Amino acid sequence: MAAPKPRVKVPNSAKVGEVIEVKTLISHPMESGQRKDKSGAIIPRKIINKFVATYGGEEVFSVDVGPAVSANPYIQFSMKVPAAGDLHFAWTDDDGSVYEMTKSIAIA
Amino acid sequence: MFNGKLHGLTAACAAAAFAVGGAAGGAAWADPDDHELVIDGESIVTEVAAQPGNPLGTLYSGWRYRTPETQALQMDDFENPVMLQVDLARDVWSVAEGEAGKSCALCHDDVEVSMIGVKAGYPKMNAGAGKAFALEHQVNACRTERMGADAWKWESQDMIGMTALIGLQSRGMPVDIDDDALAPVIAQGKDIYNTRFGQLDLSCANCHEDNNGVMIRADHLSQGHGNGFPTYRLKWQGTGTLHRRFKGCMDNIRAEPYKRGSEEFTALEAYIAWRGQGLSVETPSVRN
Repeated sequence: MAAPKPRVKVPNSAKVGEVIEVKTLISHPMESGQRKDKSGAIIPRKIINKFVATYGGEEVFSVDVGPAVSANPYIQFSMKVPAAGDLHFAWTDDDGSVYEMTKSIAIA
Repeated sequence: MFNGKLHGLTAACAAAAFAVGGAAGGAAWADPDDHELVIDGESIVTEVAAQPGNPLGTLYSGWRYRTPETQALQMDDFENPVMLQVDLARDVWSVAEGEAGKSCALCHDDVEVSMIGVKAGYPKMNAGAGKAFALEHQVNACRTERMGADAWKWESQDMIGMTALIGLQSRGMPVDIDDDALAPVIAQGKDIYNTRFGQLDLSCANCHEDNNGVMIRADHLSQGHGNGFPTYRLKWQGTGTLHRRFKGCMDNIRAEPYKRGSEEFTALEAYIAWRGQGLSVETPSVRN
């Protein structure tokens, strides 16, 4: 199918110490491994199993994602902005692929 | 069905609902609210005077009839559920497909440049085919005749994504079709619009002209414009085409619906585009 595409919503700038809200979305079928096809065979599991967000190289948020999470997983979290930097997101697929995106935050 | 007593009862219930929802202050409960549609900084026209001969006096976009929560989903391109499909369609635009080995990009280059204003002018009279084309017809004409690829099904995710991507390039621009070239098609559409169908014996006009602003069960009836299609409907939990909506309405009145892409639905689309000229294209919109 189509390659998973991430989308993120991050403020362009923040004050030092401000708590910001980060919203992320990735298009992915999140095949749970429970469904069967027309012939009765199990459709193999294929999901995003991990999401990690790092800021200035340091991990700020991570999720171990299980098969109960449905298609196009939406993950939202808050973080305190210590200084200007790059917010880096990585989604890991069962097949080993890693989808990434980076957004810069300036200091207002 | 819409007699005076029933009208009064639903008015009381709806008034309470709208008071809680914080809709238009001062205006009658039945009217669309007075919220302004701004999408990521861009202002969209949702209210405009109708042209002479239009059965409606003032045109209101369907967005103005929705709850604030639904409206919020359309005002943010991150929250808008259709944008995921639009992103996927951007990729498809550049992929070669079919015997001719062409992609959309080969002829049309950058979608954000070549497709500006295109959706706003649809439906269009296609001289070659001798009939009116909806955007979906044109996409398939390009695919089958120029790319040598298979036609996409009308309601397929591929088609919806592509027409949403193309429509997005007209967002904020007024609906403006060629009235003269489409005159007979618009007339046919107007005819269908005003014909009672089905077991419930209702025409489009009965709801969308005679009773827009009124509550039909839990739904706030809009004027039934097509400026936001393909749209994400909360009811569908997915994105769908205008012809799907037409079919849904006909199912609701227990009539035998016309087919997606049919001459009848295309004529209906032309009439409601004529009737909605001046409103901004809102594709891809979010509705109930």
